[in-house]
Amino acid sequence: MAAVMSDHAHGAHHGPTGLMRWITTTNHKDIGTMYLVFSFIMFLSGGVLALTIRAELFQPGLQIVRPEFFNQLTTMHGLVMVFGAVMPAFVGFANWQIPLMIGASDMAFARMNNWSFWLLPPAAILLIGSFFVPGGATAAGWTLYAPLSVQMGMGMDMAIFALHIMGLSSIMGAINIVVTVLNMRAPGMTMMKMPLFCWTWLITAYLLIAVMPVLAGAVTMVLADRHFGTSFFDAAGGGDPVMYQHIFWFFGHPEVYIMILPAFGIISQIIPTFSRKPLFGYASMVYATASIAILSFSVWAHHMFTTGMPAAGQLFFMYATMLIAVPTGVKVFNWVATMWRGSLTFEPPMLFAVGFIFVFTMGGFTGLICAIAPIDIQVQDTYYVVAHFHYVLVAGSLFALFAGAYYWLPKWTGHMPDERIGKLHFWCSMIFFNVTFFPMHFLGLAGMPRRIPDYALQFADFNMMASIGAFGFGLSQLIFLYAVVKCVRGGEKASARVWEGAEGLEWTVPSPAPHHTFEEAPVVR
Amino acid sequence: MSLAGRHAVAVFAALASPALMAQSRYNLQSPVTGIAEQIYNMHTLMLLICLFIFVIVFGVMFWAVIHHRKSKGAVAANFHENTAVEIAWTVIPILILLGMAWPATKTVLEMKDTRDPDITIKATGYQWKWGYDYLQGEGQGIRFVSNLATSHEQIDGKAAKGEHYLVEVDNPVVVPVGKKIRVLTTASDVIHAWWLPAFGVKQDAIPGFIRDAWFRADKEGVYRGNCAELCGKDHGFMPIEVHVVSQEAYSKWVADRQAAMAAAVSAGARDWSLAELVEQGAKVFAANCVACHQADGKGLPPAFPPLDGSKVVLGEAAGQIAVVLNGRPGTPMAAFGELLSDADIAAVITYTRNSWSNKTGEAIQPSQIAAARGK
Repeated sequence: MAAVMSDHAHGAHHGPTGLMRWITTTNHKDIGTMYLVFSFIMFLSGGVLALTIRAELFQPGLQIVRPEFFNQLTTMHGLVMVFGAVMPAFVGFANWQIPLMIGASDMAFARMNNWSFWLLPPAAILLIGSFFVPGGATAAGWTLYAPLSVQMGMGMDMAIFALHIMGLSSIMGAINIVVTVLNMRAPGMTMMKMPLFCWTWLITAYLLIAVMPVLAGAVTMVLADRHFGTSFFDAAGGGDPVMYQHIFWFFGHPEVYIMILPAFGIISQIIPTFSRKPLFGYASMVYATASIAILSFSVWAHHMFTTGMPAAGQLFFMYATMLIAVPTGVKVFNWVATMWRGSLTFEPPMLFAVGFIFVFTMGGFTGLICAIAPIDIQVQDTYYVVAHFHYVLVAGSLFALFAGAYYWLPKWTGHMPDERIGKLHFWCSMIFFNVTFFPMHFLGLAGMPRRIPDYALQFADFNMMASIGAFGFGLSQLIFLYAVVKCVRGGEKASARVWEGAEGLEWTVPSPAPHHTFEEAPVVR
Repeated sequence: MSLAGRHAVAVFAALASPALMAQSRYNLQSPVTGIAEQIYNMHTLMLLICLFIFVIVFGVMFWAVIHHRKSKGAVAANFHENTAVEIAWTVIPILILLGMAWPATKTVLEMKDTRDPDITIKATGYQWKWGYDYLQGEGQGIRFVSNLATSHEQIDGKAAKGEHYLVEVDNPVVVPVGKKIRVLTTASDVIHAWWLPAFGVKQDAIPGFIRDAWFRADKEGVYRGNCAELCGKDHGFMPIEVHVVSQEAYSKWVADRQAAMAAAVSAGARDWSLAELVEQGAKVFAANCVACHQADGKGLPPAFPPLDGSKVVLGEAAGQIAVVLNGRPGTPMAAFGELLSDADIAAVITYTRNSWSNKTGEAIQPSQIAAARGK
């Protein structure tokens, strides 16, 4: 299985150096690194927006921002985090890890890979730059519901073009991943021997290819309604505002699985390693992932229970949504069964993985409660929903990203991350996350709507608590930045296998992984 | 997790005594309709089932975390599948879900049954206020606009915040206790949502379409809610307030309202002095226009144009009357012709033409508005 040529020692690469190296690179590791750095910058930008929101909500009354700017903040926080932080971060992991895990020398379309990444910075500039144009950024919510989005200023047009570009980048990235996984696996690596991270990304990539064009269509129709006199979403011209929501959520619900399935993949790599035991129910994990992906296309209208659809529609979408709990439950049970009678250790990747299971499952329970249409009618568009999707997106996707970062950093940098700092980061994140978002369940149940800059007095104390937690959580992420910078600059040398229980091809190459790996395909038994 | 633990205790305290929770802090608001009651109980049941599963799953996980540690000498087993267990944890959840779906289905069907109401009220969402029309039943013909009653001084921290800060309106909806009220929702500009938590009603108000919901309040009292769909700048400032009163009090309210509407019609039939119009116009402006055009008339450009020095306001009266009556489609400027009386529209137009640096000295009479209607 040894695949590294001796003349490709540590860091060797050909071609331009300096900035041009990064602009022209077609190397999956360089591109993966750029994706990860980009997504972290966007994560911090989105975080600043979130903290401004929480500062305004610290107490009742308007203190820091005006309502129109507050709406820009909530909208841009959502767009930046979803399209700028979480999605590119997972693509970064895919770029770095999929070729290493399947024994391929690079991604299938190396030049397209470069292009997929370099589309993102202009899109980010368009999106964030929209704050500075007359009228400011779009304030229609990240869902950009028509006709409110039709009313917006030119910031909305910039957001639409940014989404077009990011969508293009995602589609190209997804095609690259599908082709790489299907065609470039090492001899002997059958589909059902593939690491689960590759499986979850393969399925995610199909979801991306299926739904990103739908989003592009929806926002293009908004663009046409805004400027070209069409009436897709205007009843006065024969259109229907609710049609926008159907199209958006046909994209939007698979989108939430796009953000969580790769996270499931990362967790499924880490739990067996630190349990020193094979993953329980590998085949059922694959089938569960596929079922979630397929079901995700038939549940979109559960975001729209209050639009007033017929009883039959409400019931269909309620039943279909509840069904998703079954494959999701299977995954959680499998992870717990993997840990059961293992030989567990709790280095930072494992801490984040176990933390993920614990907190993500709470988000799963609130998801099930939201699936029940009559209950959803009470909690829809309240802080309960805000709590729910932050439990699955922050404690879910983000914690999995941190787990994956601590897990593979030694392979990327050749140094072990400082374990004490990693643990500090975990505990601060875990505690402040719950201080921030747990009270939001109560706020939502008691009747606080989301996306409001000011609130009735009975919501004051929980909002204050959430704001304090949010600042703690935000500052905790600087610990992560410090841990990564420290790890890149030096530290204890990592061995090839890094973790005692680690299995898979990526652990057969030295740490740090040389610039070129698997130029001769390894053979998998 | 001690914080979460403390809250869990509080949740149980709240669950144990829903009737004592006048103003809910941890749980759904105390229900006052049958539907809201069903939702409340369903949520409690779901929470308990989820808690039960939570304890089992994480009991197992934390048992492993504590006892199956390498540092305690645990040696890893090598099992990685067990068909019987895997089938069990697929089938059992399906059965639990069926148990949950059954009551939910019954409630969905009941919520959708809006037939045979005693009173029908249309709620129209505007940026950012609610308009109400009593369409059928006792009180038919009553219509009014309902604005946030909390002052800007309170919002900006220049005055102490009142008990019902942001959840109080100038004209509440009044309904009789124990009657089936059907609410039709629609909107004039963007999507809003009419939400009354204690009634278990949340229905989007969609421009160009009519949707419906219903409630039958069992207990007299004042119930408060909010717009629940992001609708622009002042989404957080368009509350809903419903007074559920006895049948006698309702009949009296209907009589008072109808008398007030008759007075408004006769007010529109006479000529007003400039001072009278400006005085009344200031009130109408404060209730309906100030959110966008601002107290100083400077607006919030580019979305909300200024009135101070505006060409429309200083131009021909007919042009301004047309804008106020018919609104500007595609913008938050509502068609106030359907909301306000002739006298109020005349007053507010006169006010804008004689305020800030605008000094036309013109008095616009209700009769001019009446003449402009329907043009």
